Amino acid sequence: MLSSYAITIGTIIVIQAIAVCGLNVIVGFAGQISLGHAAFFGIGAYTSAILTVKAGLSFWTALPIVIAIGGLIGLMLGLPSIRVREDFLAITTIGINFIVEALFRYIPFFGGALGIGGIPRIMLFDIRMKGIPFFFLCLFFLCIVILICWWFTRSWASLAFYAIREEETAASAMGISPVRFKLLAFVMGTSMAALSGSLYAHYMQFINAGDFSFPVSVGFLSMLVLGGIGTIWGPVIGTVILGVLPELFRPLVDYRILFYTLLLLVMIRFQPGGLLGEKSLVKNILSRTFKRC
Amino acid sequence: MFLEVKGLHVSYGDIEAVSGVDFYLEKGELVSIIGANGAGKTTILNCVMGIIPPKEGAIIFKGKEITGIPDFERARMGIRIVPERSRVFPRLTVYENLLTGFYRIRDREKFSERLSWLYEVFPVLRNRQGQLASTLSGGEQQQLSIARALISNPELLLVDEVSMGLMPKLVDQVFEILKRLNEEHGLTILLVEQNAYASLNISKRAYVLETGTCVLEGDAHELMSNPEVKEVYLGN
Repeated sequence: MLSSYAITIGTIIVIQAIAVCGLNVIVGFAGQISLGHAAFFGIGAYTSAILTVKAGLSFWTALPIVIAIGGLIGLMLGLPSIRVREDFLAITTIGINFIVEALFRYIPFFGGALGIGGIPRIMLFDIRMKGIPFFFLCLFFLCIVILICWWFTRSWASLAFYAIREEETAASAMGISPVRFKLLAFVMGTSMAALSGSLYAHYMQFINAGDFSFPVSVGFLSMLVLGGIGTIWGPVIGTVILGVLPELFRPLVDYRILFYTLLLLVMIRFQPGGLLGEKSLVKNILSRTFKRC
Repeated sequence: MFLEVKGLHVSYGDIEAVSGVDFYLEKGELVSIIGANGAGKTTILNCVMGIIPPKEGAIIFKGKEITGIPDFERARMGIRIVPERSRVFPRLTVYENLLTGFYRIRDREKFSERLSWLYEVFPVLRNRQGQLASTLSGGEQQQLSIARALISNPELLLVDEVSMGLMPKLVDQVFEILKRLNEEHGLTILLVEQNAYASLNISKRAYVLETGTCVLEGDAHELMSNPEVKEVYLGN
């Protein structure tokens, strides 16, 4: 029997992986930097919490609304990406993260500094989801998200994304509307974050603005960069590694942000493609050993 | 008239790059704009594509004013550009690069039809279709860039400094292809070139640009024998 400690870590990792997959659509596929992904994770969590606690909906009826609201707000906040690029977009998204967090913290409707508690557990076939069943429910959602990403990479739209990522001006002159595809990326990515946030809220049963602050965004981005930007499995690998490492090295927990930042710097300097990306060390070693066999 | 540009002014900040240029293209014509570095040739082409906005002036395509229309919509109206330095998508394969040029692939049959025709015109691309565009040589990238613009069967092709960085043999080859496209397929082409000899040689008409204004225009072959053009642009 797995210990409940391991299940807790596993569940959190799977939930975060969903959000990181969403970030991957924005940063990896469409090449739009976002340092405010936790804001959308939070929007999903708060929307679901309010709909279930205050409006009395069930998780399942609330879910489509949560995803739609996540996508809609993503669409609105994706608008800056049309005007600003690269470093400016990074700063803008950081700003969005701080604003969203502040709204949660200071507006009484969102529970203010106390957050929202008493969020019900998810009911499925009359079973209250927790422990191992909830872990598998999250895993199920992660599989759907990965499937969507995989299916997406095989569509023409993904080519449009890559074209915009690589040469925006040329892509635009080819008939690919940067506005449309950037917004599509933001909508896809933020709705995945909202789904992840919703699962998080119903797992923790208590949420608070601090759960969705800027360092959480940095964590998401670190996971993505570590695993491999723009790959299908990179977000999952990165999240698993960064989720497990601090547990193995317990003293590291207090220095998590320092560790993340260092890791980001080292990865970007030496392995910009991440563990699963192009020219990656891991991939090279794997392919070499397999060739030898 | 197929394309008409009237009173075009373009500025980058305080610097006026193009100051009052007028020109036109009839359907099926191959026209070139020649001039030295910094004369404003690329600026004019980018303006016609819609990549940069003009300060003043009007661009009329097939009787419709398109001055305020963004580039991706102009692309769908049938205008395509072969940009300076090719601008292929480096981390996409040759095949995927071509695919990006074909907006909304509802019609797979039409796409494969165009593709096999382009592979005939540019055989090297067929051999390299699974390779990343970044692994191509400069000449191959230039060919890919032309093919990418042609895949959607445009009505007006804008070609920007296609000879730049190519070895002389390839320059001839590329110009031969453009000539064929124009003569055999009736494609209207606006060519912007520093290599005045090669471009005048295949053009019907030409405009000579000097620091943002048009100083000469007329039949390409007459311009080639014009003493001024000879001295400044052709040498000897």
